[in-house]
Amino acid sequence: MTQKRPLSPHLMIYRPQLTSMMSITHRLSGVALASGSIFLVWWLVALAYGGDYYQMVQGIAEHVLGRLALLGFYVAVSYHMANGIRHLFWDFGIGLSLDGVYRGGYIVIGFTALSALAGIAILFLA
Amino acid sequence: MSKNTSAPQSLRSPLGRAKGLGSSRSGVSHWWVQRLTAMGMLPLVLYCLISFILIADADLDTARSWIRQPFNSVAMILLLAVGFYHASLGLQVVIEDYISTKTRRILTLAFTKMIMTAFAVMSIYSILLIALADGV
Repeated sequence: MTQKRPLSPHLMIYRPQLTSMMSITHRLSGVALASGSIFLVWWLVALAYGGDYYQMVQGIAEHVLGRLALLGFYVAVSYHMANGIRHLFWDFGIGLSLDGVYRGGYIVIGFTALSALAGIAILFLA
Repeated sequence: MSKNTSAPQSLRSPLGRAKGLGSSRSGVSHWWVQRLTAMGMLPLVLYCLISFILIADADLDTARSWIRQPFNSVAMILLLAVGFYHASLGLQVVIEDYISTKTRRILTLAFTKMIMTAFAVMSIYSILLIALADGV
């Protein structure tokens, strides 16, 4: 039964905050990694299969679109891992103040940005 | 002596309270295993990610010989097993949060868990094929 009940919190009139945006990004990156892992499975199957099939899959990975997908996967891993560590600190009761939550958030974003730059260098410039 | 009737009385059965499984029917095990797998994956992800970067664009033989080293085979199998388990637990929470129709929720959960299990088995089987193959 779908009833037109008001949704809480009212996302459309909510001013985005760093904390809520990072929270939903953690979910999004997790879902993206779970879905994107199909390419890791595919690559491993191709590696076991060998021959021309591996060449074909490796060719896709070396194409610009494949490179972009790899960069996306790599950045998602970096963010999800760093923010996951932030979550683990909270689970130990560390950094749960408003200040701490923001400080951890900036550290995670800084780490992800550096990691993304390294990823661009490795995937597109090397 | 009459009891203080204004004190809140629990409607939970003593057995339910002793089991401590709550409304989730599984206690805190989902939450706990999600964290355990997260911590277990940290060294594995770092090791495998750095190794992948170092052997980037490897030809067939280079990639296979990396996987064939026992330490790497074990690290990869652990990462895939723990990782897909972690993914399955994470997707479960997302599905439970956003799909409110019970039938659709149960079917989506079952489908997602099957896919994650299939991914884990396919990738681990590939590792074993490579690691245990004779010769090349």
